Amino acid sequence: MSFSWANQYQPQNPFMQWVDSRLPLPRLVYNAVGAGYPVPRNINYMYNFGVLAGVALMVQIITGIVLAMHFSAHIDTAFDSVEHIMRDVNSGWMLRYMHMNGASFFFIVVYFHIFRGLYYGSYKAPREVVWMLGVVIFLLMMATAFMGYVLPWGQMSFWGAQVITSLFSAIPLVGEAIRTWLVGGFAPDNATLTRFFSLHYVLPFVILGVVILKIWALHIPGSTNPTGVDVQGPQDTLPFHPYFTAKDFFTLCLYLLIFAAIVFFAPNFLGHPDNYIPANNLSTPALIVPEWYFWPFYAILRAFTVDFLFVPAKLWGVIAMFASILLLFFLPWLDSSRVKSTAYRPMYRIWFWVLVVDVIILAWVGGAPAAEPYVRISQLASAYYFAHFLILLPLLSMIEKPLPMPNSIAESVLAKVQKKGGNTAGLTAPVAPGAVAAPAE
Amino acid sequence: MATQTQGTPPLSASPDEGVRRRDFIYVATGAFAGVGAAAVAWPLINQMNPSADVLALSSIEVDLSSIQPGQAIKTIWRSKPVFVRNLTDAEQAEANKVDIASLRDPQSLADRTLEGNRNWMITLAVCTHLGCIPLGAAEGEVRGDYGGYFCPCHGSHYDTAARIRKGPAPSNLEVPDYAFKSPTLVEIG
Amino acid sequence: MVRLFGLGAGLVFVIALLWGAVQPREAVVPDPVKAIHLHPEQVKFSHDGAMGVFGTFDRAQLQRGYQVYKEVCSACHGLERVAFRNLQDIGFSAEEVRALARAKEVPSIDPRTGEPSTRPALPADRIPGPFINEVQARAANNNALPPDLSLIVKARHDGQNYVYSLLTGYDRPVPAGHDVPPGLNFNPYFHSVNIAMARPLQDDQITYADGTKATTDQMARDVTTFLRWAAEPELEKRRQIGVASVIFLTILSFLAFLTYRKVWANIPH
Repeated sequence: MSFSWANQYQPQNPFMQWVDSRLPLPRLVYNAVGAGYPVPRNINYMYNFGVLAGVALMVQIITGIVLAMHFSAHIDTAFDSVEHIMRDVNSGWMLRYMHMNGASFFFIVVYFHIFRGLYYGSYKAPREVVWMLGVVIFLLMMATAFMGYVLPWGQMSFWGAQVITSLFSAIPLVGEAIRTWLVGGFAPDNATLTRFFSLHYVLPFVILGVVILKIWALHIPGSTNPTGVDVQGPQDTLPFHPYFTAKDFFTLCLYLLIFAAIVFFAPNFLGHPDNYIPANNLSTPALIVPEWYFWPFYAILRAFTVDFLFVPAKLWGVIAMFASILLLFFLPWLDSSRVKSTAYRPMYRIWFWVLVVDVIILAWVGGAPAAEPYVRISQLASAYYFAHFLILLPLLSMIEKPLPMPNSIAESVLAKVQKKGGNTAGLTAPVAPGAVAAPAE
Repeated sequence: MATQTQGTPPLSASPDEGVRRRDFIYVATGAFAGVGAAAVAWPLINQMNPSADVLALSSIEVDLSSIQPGQAIKTIWRSKPVFVRNLTDAEQAEANKVDIASLRDPQSLADRTLEGNRNWMITLAVCTHLGCIPLGAAEGEVRGDYGGYFCPCHGSHYDTAARIRKGPAPSNLEVPDYAFKSPTLVEIG
Repeated sequence: MVRLFGLGAGLVFVIALLWGAVQPREAVVPDPVKAIHLHPEQVKFSHDGAMGVFGTFDRAQLQRGYQVYKEVCSACHGLERVAFRNLQDIGFSAEEVRALARAKEVPSIDPRTGEPSTRPALPADRIPGPFINEVQARAANNNALPPDLSLIVKARHDGQNYVYSLLTGYDRPVPAGHDVPPGLNFNPYFHSVNIAMARPLQDDQITYADGTKATTDQMARDVTTFLRWAAEPELEKRRQIGVASVIFLTILSFLAFLTYRKVWANIPH
């Protein structure tokens, strides 16, 4: 695309030539995920989570389509139809456990992907749009996952829907009207379930569309890399295929291995037992908690316990929860440091790891009951979260003195390989202009 | 090697051996991945087959005690309607009178009923033409030119043994598997 | 501009949170129940072999468990998601299942009059519960609702151990200072420690067909095992496919790693 040295698609097979000259789909695939896409040669395993996220999305879509063939979107039959899937449909238990745990795995992968992006400055110019599309995907995922959790119409489904839709009632003046509109009644009911089912079915395809846009945007500048130095020439890159397809396939197998271990041996480990009790609008569970992947945000929501500046605590919580995600949209401009890779930012590196620990703490208190000491911990952890992105990061990027960086990717790889006494072919060679990389078939 | 372009692995000392070993690993990985994909595809396909609760209803019991000679009932078996008809002696005689060789789907009444229960004509109520439900079971319905069933969709006439006699249907109404558990109780399926 | 705005917003959030954090907390009144309440005893079940994730059910134990359910629990608790036909999975023959089903009546409609009536159950029917609806169940149980047991093991934290502990947790000495309300029973494993269900299992309460001695502990184990099966009838198959999948994916990961190494051989990165 925008790499002059990228391999050109030159089909040898007459049939592919025939197709390519009429519908250049083979060319598109070749340039997107084939030998025609040059990727920095030094990217590490943290860069494999993007492909894994794509696989996780496809697993959700495929198992979801199949489950929808058996699911019944009515409050009287939804729970029964899920149990029908679990007990009577051929392999139904497997498909449902895959879908249920697949959502959790999707979030695990995406969280790794987000933190990788934060560490290696993947949000910085010229990749701001790639990053922002990623935040859009994250928001859509959260909406989809929340609505999916409501569908079995168990106790947590119902009360989760109750609590989350009540958030909107915190909005002044129109809040109650918005909430009533969202659930189609005065409390979650059949209208809520059917609309959530409809949206839960369609949103993944919207996500897929945004994913395609994101990949498109990514292919203009290409991936970042652990040095944070821009790609300068063919000595810095390797074709996506076969090098990164082989690497991604290996990590995909590992991912599926862990996924299978959970699906088959501990399928309910990440779930909540209360959702195996049919919804009952007369009895609230002892502790309403969302799925684990929402816990950090749930902690921020509950961290505001006092009215402040004439704004009620509940509204503060709602604003802060949404702000905690929306601020990611502004990250490319909050961080003014030109250095992409945190490896060369000695001060920020410390605070990055503090943020990782902070988010883990938020997740822990988000899943805990609203009592001391959890409330105070959540307040301090939430304060750090906002301070990190809105205060520390902008100030640090102004005062920090970065470490010396390598001049190029090839140079850094060369230094690393020479230290180990390895082969440096392809790195030291002067590269003829326009030299074409031949893929190793 | 000096002019080697990026991405080309340097040749190994003995290329033939390298190619063979490399090919083996690639083929083994590809074959394994293929087997895995097929193993995953099967549950996705098989989930559309009838589920255990549907299969559990694949046989039903019908109480015959209230069906008088000359009467018929419609019941449901495997989500399809079934005619259970108690033939009168005259209707049986009429069915036996027909020259089997002249029929489109040659079958005698004895082929289509059970020994000792020749009066019980049990068939699917699904026209073999395009799947409509023929008339003739309920009191007062048209029974067609041959006193059996008449399909209103395209005008197929069935006789008292539910054999196709006139019209577009290619074969007789299908007789399901059934067995008498007592003189008044039949299990279909 | 973004940074300035962000700084302002950040300060507001941080101050609001810290303001909340420094507020004095009301003294927490310790919940007396918490001190008495016990977490479930960790029990080793015969079907949870190595690491608690392998192993199959003992069919004889499942049938004993069903006998306990049928003769004791079913007086108050339903098992509405299990059909008679499912009992073939725990070792009953098709004929035995038919007989078990026929012995129970299920709601029906009289074909002649259209009046509500009952008919003998068929293997395809779900096991009918003791009450027709929640109101009747509550009316018969002093306003307590006996939960349906088909999913109970999945619907409680640490389900198996919880069910076993609850069944064997009766007749413990009531701690000083704790009053058990009239009509309720003390059981430290129940979340409120006061449970409406009276002790359901007594030694030698039933006679097992296979001659096993019916101690409270034995019956509790058997019925818990049965309820585990009722909640997760796919358990054995799931573990079986799981072992195959994990072995397969381990080999595939290894092959994929070799492929990766081969493709990247002599590529500095």
